[in-house]
Amino acid sequence: MVEQKKPALYLAEYDTPNAIAKAAMKVRDAGYQKWDCHTPYALHGMDEAMGLKPSKIGFISFFFGMLGVATAVFMMKYMNAWDFDFLDLGWGYPIIVGGKPPGSFPWMVPIMFELGVLFCGIATLFGLLGIIKLPRHNHPIFESERFEAATDDKFFISIEAEDQKFDLDRTKALLESTDPTHLELVEQEVA
Amino acid sequence: MSYEAPIKELGETYLLPEGTTTHDVTETIAGVTETKAPRGWWLLFLLSLTALGGLGGALTYLFVQGVGVWGNNAPVYWAWDITNFVWWIGIGHAGTLISAILFLFRQKWRTSINRFAEAMTVFAVLCAALFPAIHTGRPWFDYYLFPLPNQMDMWPNFKSPLMWDVFAVNTYLLISVIFWYLGLIPDFATLRDRSKNLFRKRAYGFFALGWRGAHRHWQHYERAYLIFAGIATPLVLSVHSVISFDFATAVVPGWHTTIFPPYFVTGAVFSGFALVTTLMLICRSVFKMQNIVTIRHLDFMNKFMLGTSLLVGYAYAMEFFIAWYSSNPYEQWVFFHNRLGWGVLDSNGNWGPLWWAYYVMVFCNVVVPQIFWFKRARTSVPIMFIASILINIGMWFERFVIIVSSQHQDYLPSSWGMFHPTAIDLLTYLGTFGLFFTLFLLFVRWLPIISIAEVKGNLPGAHPDLHAEEPLQEPGTAAEPVPAE
Repeated sequence: MVEQKKPALYLAEYDTPNAIAKAAMKVRDAGYQKWDCHTPYALHGMDEAMGLKPSKIGFISFFFGMLGVATAVFMMKYMNAWDFDFLDLGWGYPIIVGGKPPGSFPWMVPIMFELGVLFCGIATLFGLLGIIKLPRHNHPIFESERFEAATDDKFFISIEAEDQKFDLDRTKALLESTDPTHLELVEQEVA
Repeated sequence: MSYEAPIKELGETYLLPEGTTTHDVTETIAGVTETKAPRGWWLLFLLSLTALGGLGGALTYLFVQGVGVWGNNAPVYWAWDITNFVWWIGIGHAGTLISAILFLFRQKWRTSINRFAEAMTVFAVLCAALFPAIHTGRPWFDYYLFPLPNQMDMWPNFKSPLMWDVFAVNTYLLISVIFWYLGLIPDFATLRDRSKNLFRKRAYGFFALGWRGAHRHWQHYERAYLIFAGIATPLVLSVHSVISFDFATAVVPGWHTTIFPPYFVTGAVFSGFALVTTLMLICRSVFKMQNIVTIRHLDFMNKFMLGTSLLVGYAYAMEFFIAWYSSNPYEQWVFFHNRLGWGVLDSNGNWGPLWWAYYVMVFCNVVVPQIFWFKRARTSVPIMFIASILINIGMWFERFVIIVSSQHQDYLPSSWGMFHPTAIDLLTYLGTFGLFFTLFLLFVRWLPIISIAEVKGNLPGAHPDLHAEEPLQEPGTAAEPVPAE
């Protein structure tokens, strides 16, 4: 059977941060949606050049951080202060040490903080991977030989074929007008 | 003029030598993992493995025989195990300080050392966490530490600082690992893309998670990194504070002081910086990284050590002041007799048996770092190497002094005693070095020991100048700076 291929994305290569920033502004103004800049390190100022809104990952971190604090309070109250059986975990009961009230606040602070940080950290990691949809090892962009330099010292813009405005000729013309050092059409196999 | 650029008028310069290109950075750092290991690496690795084997032997013997094989005995129930625990975890604190706190303060020089220091944190915390797990000699009961439902309906007592420790240390370990890994993802991708053979490509590619340097990813990544720095900063301060509570909430004279949390945290940062310096000096010369970890970076590190040394010295002095000011005879006994060794307090005129440990500690932690007031010392590799090793010895003695010399003579003269370490104590401590260095040597061999992506971001002209084409202003009216985020 002959392998069938279809265009996946255009990949334009640039040498300098300024070149890719200017090109990105052009692509942004042309109204593309499914496109991206690939850089070896985080380029500051690219959010503006690409017209991106600020990341909202902080909401995830905050929510789970607070959830961690609440979990800590519940756990400690259940195990050291309240008196009932929760979900058949084993009966919680008050533990009185040094004659102090079993459910008082001050001694709970360290663990409230630690569990808050723990939940927040884990949620931030998985929230990040969820938002940026990684791990993903089969992206068609890896078909390009030249793309290996994207983690070294070259800067790339990719415009995906799935973008509504994508057109083999017009997109190519747009990218050519940004003076890339190299421009290629990356193809992927049709399943 | 970009936001990232140094301000020439203030005498600021770029961190790395002029002319260093992005590709040079990749070559230097990634190259370490691609060439054959130097012979010195193998030698050190075999030594570490031997020490690790020693740890295995010591632990097996401990588990078979019980804690009687250690020197701990009445009245010194907490001895080398806890000393080593506190010391190791303190070592780790510099890593988080460099990676998180200096990140929040926008100290860009941190990029050359943060990966290294974070790895050190992870391995040091592992070594530290070993001690609470084995200190009962019955590690199969370690699950008692955690609030797990069990057949006895037995719950932990959360009013105990030892319980807080469990949460603090485990959270710290986990968050340090995640923070470290997060920073490694783009560098794994660099190694993946440089790999010549399929095995390396697969292995690094697996951990790189398919990273393709997309800015839509970088954007969230950078924000997540900032959040991690934000939560790791109070975390690192909390961990050693919680550990100091183990002592401060007890009634033992010499432990029962309110200065302990900040005192422990500064001491931790101090010792951690010292170990980062020791290891960095070795790696930098072995792997020829003088262009990335420059003398300027080391100069900054030494200034940090000088600063924290002064803080630690202040804490030492304040402890004595409070012992005197409180008029508490037990407190005074511990500080003047057990630590300073003053024979006048003893009716027989005897010096305290552990006085020398206190003088070692003060010499190494307060006297030696004063040499860093001199620029010549701050920029001399042999001097800072010796000083950093002495500081680590001094910090170990600080923990030993606090723990052992406070306990061996406290309220009741009838229950005074002495602590004598056994060979197994010594072997266990040396063995943790084996664990630490085995992991560390594997790290320097197979992972990028310096953050490739972050160092690149600090090169001259690394960031675009979006408004460059706007009409030129007259000299003196600078263009609007590009926002960093």
